[in-house]
Amino acid sequence: MYVAVKGGERAIDAAHAWLAEERRGDLSVAEMSIAQIRNQLRLAVNRVMAEGSLFDPDLAALAIKQSRGDLIEAVFLIRAYRTTLPRFGATQPIDTAQMACIRRISATFKDLPGGQILGPTFDYTHRLLDFKLAAEGQLPPQAAPTAPPVRASMPHVTGLLDQDDLIQPEVDAGLAPPDLTRSPMELPAARALRLQALARGDEGFVLSMAYSTQRGYGRTHAFVGELRIGMVRVSMEIPELGFAVEIGEIEVTECETVNQFKGSKTEPPQFTRGYGLTLGQNERKSIAMSLVDRALRWRELGEDWSGAPAQDEEFVLMHADNVQATGFLEHIKLPHYVDFQSELEMVRKLRAEARAYKEAAE
Amino acid sequence: MTDQAYNFAYLDEQTKRMIRRALLKAVAIPGYQVPFASREMPMPYGWGTGGVQVTAACLTPDDVLKVIDQGADDTTNAVSIRKFFQRTAGVEVTQSTALASVIQTRHRIPETALSAGQILVYQVPIPEPLRFLEPRETETRKMHELEEYGLMHVKLYEDIARHGQIATSYAYPVKVEGRYVMDPSPIPKFDNPKLSGSAALQLFGAGREQRIYALPPFTDVVSLDFDDHPFTPTKANHDCDLCGASASYLDEVIIDDQGSRMFVCSDTDFCETRREMGHVGRLGTPSNKGAQA
Repeated sequence: MYVAVKGGERAIDAAHAWLAEERRGDLSVAEMSIAQIRNQLRLAVNRVMAEGSLFDPDLAALAIKQSRGDLIEAVFLIRAYRTTLPRFGATQPIDTAQMACIRRISATFKDLPGGQILGPTFDYTHRLLDFKLAAEGQLPPQAAPTAPPVRASMPHVTGLLDQDDLIQPEVDAGLAPPDLTRSPMELPAARALRLQALARGDEGFVLSMAYSTQRGYGRTHAFVGELRIGMVRVSMEIPELGFAVEIGEIEVTECETVNQFKGSKTEPPQFTRGYGLTLGQNERKSIAMSLVDRALRWRELGEDWSGAPAQDEEFVLMHADNVQATGFLEHIKLPHYVDFQSELEMVRKLRAEARAYKEAAE
Repeated sequence: MTDQAYNFAYLDEQTKRMIRRALLKAVAIPGYQVPFASREMPMPYGWGTGGVQVTAACLTPDDVLKVIDQGADDTTNAVSIRKFFQRTAGVEVTQSTALASVIQTRHRIPETALSAGQILVYQVPIPEPLRFLEPRETETRKMHELEEYGLMHVKLYEDIARHGQIATSYAYPVKVEGRYVMDPSPIPKFDNPKLSGSAALQLFGAGREQRIYALPPFTDVVSLDFDDHPFTPTKANHDCDLCGASASYLDEVIIDDQGSRMFVCSDTDFCETRREMGHVGRLGTPSNKGAQA
């Protein structure tokens, strides 16, 4: 009888074997390849890369396969792998003005230099189940029409506003950005650190925080000044060479919001900014990120503290990470016999004392 | 990927160095929570990532490791962490408290007194003893700086006003060397007296919360209380049904549909050692090893 609660080792091995069997599923159904996941579940791959903070579509696809499609579990696998990788150095800042855009839209100007490029978006699809997709192995989709790239360089909308002093300028403080994966988070956090935490943060959490600002909890009146998705070059300075060398390309989504600012007696009204950037095509996340970024800037921009959750840096940054959150949440299923036993004793003792007190009173 | 792809005890040397620096600082300021750049580990937060990182930073190839969870060597998570270090560090492992040089624990301090040279590594979920009184880290750090612990005493007083006693039964707060109030991790308060004056080095790792703290050997650790409501360690009012021990912390096990209970030592090594020495409890059978000896 007592033996039944012990014997963890054999149980763990058996559980792992069962998990592997369940992951593969029915053997009469073909096994999914990494390439299939990478190509056909690309938005899932992007989310895992963004929240895993590692640009590697193949590894992200492998993580999704291994985690049976549990994306937070996949993010966790990527994080645990990433943390073991040696750091050679830091790349130069990516130049998103030089992005090869597959999508670039502005909600603030009907047309602008470089034009509006819709790209592969769900935005104007009708959400009707397409039963043709259920009939697999049928004809490939009609080839989409193509057009030559519009221009090599795509100016930022906020840059255009900046020329007329209509938007608050961003000054490069010249500080090396902190890295919360290499040093413990310190509060209050610099904006660069907040952006890093948000870029890695759980999409659902950041989305809800952003949504809450739209519903009045720390309202910032955001317009999507610009949303762009595409490939950017990554360069790194090689000390032995003394100049920067292009080492590859990554896909990113960048969102810049234009937000209202009332101004004051001394300062005339000017728009303010929120910023979001994520690895891969991840537009919901990067829009949400820029709204939360803007809400967190209340102090710097001289706004009132309204007590809204999205204004609360400590609350947002300490709870955005889904690997931390899921770990701590799920750990309560681990054994707690010892603590529970001490609580049992305590409750019994308190009840006995209460009973004795009542009997004495009678 | 083969295990050779990882460094000894999993973490790279730079990371270990960073953790060791935090450990040295923690030892220098007993009870003070030192921030450290906790890494993602291949087990989830809440499973002991802080303890695992501290253990990884302390282990040498000559160490003998013991891992316990709820006092037992054979609970699932203890098995999993022990396997992890067997695989990544190849160190010798043991279930014997006396033979281990490093012991990683969750929720218990072994019954057998620890000796000089041993390291006890605690897994810590919430390192901040004031957290449930004040959720903000920025505030609680200030409270520690100013030694402003009034809130904690008010909480303990309110317990007494409501229940006639301090109603905290585990993770019972302590004061270290008369300075820092410290969370001893969720050990039952029965274990609190063992924190003080221990010959072993006690290290506490909180991975998700990125904090390390320590009790160097022979540190004075006092469980918070009031003169008229002194601290009292408690346990189930029984003897161990397997080994008959009367002073060890007990797990309560429900053994049939009628709700019959048996009480057994939560420290499995302690219980087995006693049985091998010939002690037999109410429901126990004489140990084979003991009979042969």
